Amino acid sequence: MPASVRQPKEPFDASPRMSGTVNAAMEKITLQGIHKAYLTSSGRTVALQDVNLKVANDEFVALVGPSGCGKSTLLRIISALIRPSRGTASINNAPVLSPSRDVGIVFQQAVLLPWRSVLDNVLLPAEILGLDIKKARERAYQLLEMVHLTGFEARRPNELSGGMQQRAAICRALIHSPSVLLMDEPFAALDAMTREELGFELLRIWTIEKKTIIFVTHNIPEAILLADRVVAMSPRPGRISEIVKIDLPRPRTLDMQFTQKFKGYSDRVRAVIDQGQEKQHKKRGDE
Amino acid sequence: MTDESLSLVDDAIEHEVINDRRSWLKESLAPLLTFATLVALWEFAADYFGIPAWLLPSPSTIAVAFVEWRGELWNHSLTTLYETIVGFALSIGLAVPLAVAVVYSPFLRKCIYPILLALQSVPKVAIAPLLALWIGFGALPKIIVVFLVCFFPIIVATATGLASVPGPVMDLIRSLSANQLQTFIKIRFPTAMPHIFVGLKIAITFAVIGAVIGEFVGSESGLGYLILVSSSQARTPVAFAALAILTIMSIVLYYIVEFIERLAVPWAANN
Repeated sequence: MPASVRQPKEPFDASPRMSGTVNAAMEKITLQGIHKAYLTSSGRTVALQDVNLKVANDEFVALVGPSGCGKSTLLRIISALIRPSRGTASINNAPVLSPSRDVGIVFQQAVLLPWRSVLDNVLLPAEILGLDIKKARERAYQLLEMVHLTGFEARRPNELSGGMQQRAAICRALIHSPSVLLMDEPFAALDAMTREELGFELLRIWTIEKKTIIFVTHNIPEAILLADRVVAMSPRPGRISEIVKIDLPRPRTLDMQFTQKFKGYSDRVRAVIDQGQEKQHKKRGDE
Repeated sequence: MTDESLSLVDDAIEHEVINDRRSWLKESLAPLLTFATLVALWEFAADYFGIPAWLLPSPSTIAVAFVEWRGELWNHSLTTLYETIVGFALSIGLAVPLAVAVVYSPFLRKCIYPILLALQSVPKVAIAPLLALWIGFGALPKIIVVFLVCFFPIIVATATGLASVPGPVMDLIRSLSANQLQTFIKIRFPTAMPHIFVGLKIAITFAVIGAVIGEFVGSESGLGYLILVSSSQARTPVAFAALAILTIMSIVLYYIVEFIERLAVPWAANN
């Protein structure tokens, strides 16, 4: 793709859709010119192309897009699990070169260790990071109480339902009090009811413990219902198509889904993503 | 829910418990009954056809030999048990660390695995006489045969287990910048534990066989030696008694390993 067809506009602070600009001091996460390419058997695959994004302190940003748009790859770059081919990801204005202590991660699977009790699973990061275990245990009890898992501390993960496991995983991500929470399709493996429930639970946690959250999902309503801004991404090459600011009041409620405004956002995001995919189909047709 | 319906639920649960107990009884009774029937049939056939005891002793003759030879049987059993357990323990002590080395060093894996495979492919029955030739008739050559027999299943199972940490777990642990030692102690080794026990359970069933092979080739004690000697002297009932002890020893050792597994890896035993 020639350089001229890159993002038509800077998708961050210059965007007119955003009310005011994110001021440099408030910036928590900055992505600058991120490229990621893989060498596969079928040649070079561009997973991410020129991704620029600024996330403000305590902001809730959702990354939405179809599979292959590189949203999970982007999250892995921010968490320093993989390195970008070009560009830099920064947290607290410092480029991430190795996994940051200031980050908690929630994966699609709860990834609880089957031989550890729920409490000990939550304490795992504290052990590895060498925190004061006594204090960490107190915090673990508080966190488990916050997600309504009191009484399940001594249980093994396989005794818990999928939703409860994911709640424990959220506690684990929060145990060392990171200011950034990265969530990679955290509720995708759950049924629709549990998914909604956990979404609101997450918002409740977010109001108790202010965090900067990047939430990856392929579910558009979920993204709109939870986030301050929805970053719509398109596949092949993975890129940001548009950033939609969600101007719904907080606390968010389930009824908001039926408002005209919500529908407007939903249509907008869907249109952007579809457009991106159409372009791709057309491009394929031309070849 | 009303009290009445609750008591109905209670009844149902009670029924289930009773049914559980019944099916457990059935399950453990069925093989015992089959075994008893076979023994009875054997006893009857040996008696009816007048088969001489030196050819095929009847169960009652074997039982008599059991009682008469109990001192001898006990001593020889201890020898075989000692060889089995020491060889097995030696195997664990060497196979597990080597598996760790192999998992952490691809180079070492390339060096060792083909040799291991070759060693495993050599029939242990063929190695045993050589060991007797080199080391003599003591317990050591038998221990080495047991060790060789157990080594392969343990190292393969351990190496497989250590390498079987799921990708997302590795992501989690890497996101916490855990060092190698933490990763090994907190993640890799516990992940490998259920696999290791699969290897141990396979190995322990081979271990007794290994000891007997060693004893067959050349020895002065052990159940294998006793079988060899008593069958050559036409004291077949004693040989059968020794054979029965070997079988029981093997089964008991297997269940001991399984019991330890339940204590050590309760999360895997539940599934």
